[in-house]
Amino acid sequence: MQLSRIPVSAWIGMILTSGFVFVAVFAPLIAPYGEAEVVGSLWQPMSAQHWFGTDNIGRDLLTRMIYGARTTLWIAALATAMSFSLGSVLGFTAAVMGGWVDQILSRLVDLLMAIPSLIFALVVLSVMPTTTLTLILVMGLLDSTRVFRLARAVAVDINVMDFVEAAKLRGEGRRWIIFREILPNALSPLVAELGLRFIFMVLFLSALSFLGLGVQPPEADWGGMVKENKEGIVFGIPAALIPAAAIALLAISVNLVADWILNRTTSLKGGRGA
Amino acid sequence: MPELLLEIRDLKIGATIHPPGEKPRDIVIVDGVSASLEKGKVLGLIGESGAGKSTIGLSAMGYGRGGVRITGGEVILNGRDILKGGISGLRALRGKEVCYVAQSAAAAFNPAHRLMDQIIEAALAHGVCSKAEAQKRAIALFRKLGLPNPDNFGNRYPHQVSGGQLQRAMTVMALCPQPDLIVFDEPTTALDVTTQIDVLAAIKEAIRDTGVAALYITHDLAVVAQIADDIMVLRHGKKVEYGTAEQIIHRPREDYTKALVSVRSIAHEEKKPSGEPLLKVMNVSASYGGRKGVPVLSDVSVDIHRGQTLAVVGESGSGKSTLARVMTGLLPPWAGKIEFEGRALPARLADRTKDDLREIQMIYQMADVAMNPRQTVATIIGRPLEFYFGLKGEAQAKRVRELLDEIEMGTGFADRYPAELSGGQKQRVCIARALAAKPKLILCDEVTSALDPLVADGILKLLLNLQKIENVAYMFITHDLATVRAIADSIAVLYRGKVVRYGGKGDVLSPPFDDYTDLLLSSVPQMEIGWLEAAIAGRKMQSAGN
Repeated sequence: MQLSRIPVSAWIGMILTSGFVFVAVFAPLIAPYGEAEVVGSLWQPMSAQHWFGTDNIGRDLLTRMIYGARTTLWIAALATAMSFSLGSVLGFTAAVMGGWVDQILSRLVDLLMAIPSLIFALVVLSVMPTTTLTLILVMGLLDSTRVFRLARAVAVDINVMDFVEAAKLRGEGRRWIIFREILPNALSPLVAELGLRFIFMVLFLSALSFLGLGVQPPEADWGGMVKENKEGIVFGIPAALIPAAAIALLAISVNLVADWILNRTTSLKGGRGA
Repeated sequence: MPELLLEIRDLKIGATIHPPGEKPRDIVIVDGVSASLEKGKVLGLIGESGAGKSTIGLSAMGYGRGGVRITGGEVILNGRDILKGGISGLRALRGKEVCYVAQSAAAAFNPAHRLMDQIIEAALAHGVCSKAEAQKRAIALFRKLGLPNPDNFGNRYPHQVSGGQLQRAMTVMALCPQPDLIVFDEPTTALDVTTQIDVLAAIKEAIRDTGVAALYITHDLAVVAQIADDIMVLRHGKKVEYGTAEQIIHRPREDYTKALVSVRSIAHEEKKPSGEPLLKVMNVSASYGGRKGVPVLSDVSVDIHRGQTLAVVGESGSGKSTLARVMTGLLPPWAGKIEFEGRALPARLADRTKDDLREIQMIYQMADVAMNPRQTVATIIGRPLEFYFGLKGEAQAKRVRELLDEIEMGTGFADRYPAELSGGQKQRVCIARALAAKPKLILCDEVTSALDPLVADGILKLLLNLQKIENVAYMFITHDLATVRAIADSIAVLYRGKVVRYGGKGDVLSPPFDDYTDLLLSSVPQMEIGWLEAAIAGRKMQSAGN
């Protein structure tokens, strides 16, 4: 692949995304102060000492943003990984086995999708102890329904190809058929979907935190920071807007990359082979 | 002096391809081809896939398909260069002076509109005649082309008529605006052999009666011999030979043409069955959707002998592929049983042992979808070795090299992906994959029908050769009787799920015939001029397409 053939938008997306990832990974090294360290009075304006100012209880906002990136990206990434492994394996299984297995799994997914996921998550999280683990599990499980739909649809198409039939006639087990015959051919649409699902995870997590059921204080995360600083908006203090802008920027940059991958892997190029 | 209608002078056509991972580059599709066509005559364009025959045909209407560019030369129709007329000039020309008949009528008709509306559309759009007159003309053409119930035929939707009828309806569509030239692009290739002959006869008669000129594109020399006055043989975008039909068929000059004319002349001595059959299919009946579902096979019994070939012949829908599915266990029959080497073979795939599965291998019609596009040739051939015999590492690689040798491909192909192989090579890899299991029986489902004649010939020779070396039996499913003559020891003729004729090759192919076998045999185009008329005249039974 030639680098010059990557469009500018994808470059912007990739640079910004890797910037976010870099900050998240090296947060303790970059951050000027401690995550929950109170360094001044509340809602100080931007200055040389505190680039983004301070938050509602006098913590350095830049530091909070950096640690927030770490929490947000980490949880979103884990939840995406979970939703993908769960959704695609179940989706492939449903497609390959068909019959009642497919029926049960598909109807179960329909059932889950019928309930708005935010409401569902709120109910579950208000009953369960709000640890990071439950958060990831709930988010991953709810989102895996969408991945299941996609994976099943793609796999149903591949499952009727002659090479899969040839593998079945050879006597191959389900594992080989799913992981060696179907998965490599279903990867492109799934990878393109991965980026989009990751963004939805970030938004979902931020929404949960904003409602107070996501990441618990004093740990920093962007949705929670919007919540903490939202009262400041009335006084013309922009502290809440910075994490909000970060959420938007991350969503856009990941989207730019995902868009490019989707375009590159789509087979709808027209014309006939002969 | 007959009037010149179309003259193609030094036509050059190119396109830009974008191979993955490489820089885009320009390729030449048609390289300096010249041809001329007089009014009322038929020029046959023949060649294998990629020869540029369709591209030349479409250039007669100034059309380049999917990024194809006409880079040089002239196309002169009725005395003017149509390539210089611009878009509006072409628009006025297409559908009025030149019409097109596509290979797949089913894909070319809009399923949402009645046939009549689509057939007269071009005539109305160009203002050739009034709606009533166009309909009258279409009905007259329906009658001429032998379509049933011509007065009301146009009221039907495309899905309500058969494939052969639809192809004729498309010919009516092309004839309706009374063009000077029709481009026929493989109009009978997708049809069954018994239907093909009807459509061919209808097209020939329509051309003769209306005095329209035609470019007839096909890969089948025997078909074009029936219909064309002149034939141009193309290969790799270049002209190989150009002459009258009579000269090309009877006195070909170039080696390539000679090869095309003599294709399928493999001589294969029939082997007499000896000893117990390897596989016995006994009174098998099968349906899709359970016992009460759509019946496909009823009471089928055939035997396959060790190291011999049973050819199963029939047109589409006769149940021949279903017979293979029953044998593999993919579709358990609801009656009858299958014995392999004297023991009963479990009906369901899931109940068969690994060894049962190993002994019966399958080769598919479409080699491109029969191989995982994400696996290399080495993995594709190596997997059965590992799966059945536990061969790994160097032992496996060695055996893969041996198998590649056996299918007459170099060991350099081991690291290639299927997309990097030609059609014939793909089919060879599929054969190697089947052989890797050391089977006693290979089911071949139309393995040569998607290939060009010369490539198909090579595959058949390879299969025969491998049969001698490995003593493997074949069940050869095909609709092509030339293939059957080339490879079979015994033949079963299937018609609507029943075996209508079964026995040794010599017996099945010699008279007296039952009506269906007679129809099937007499419908196979022969490489001789005037065969079509003789065949139509000598028929005892109507084909199912009517």
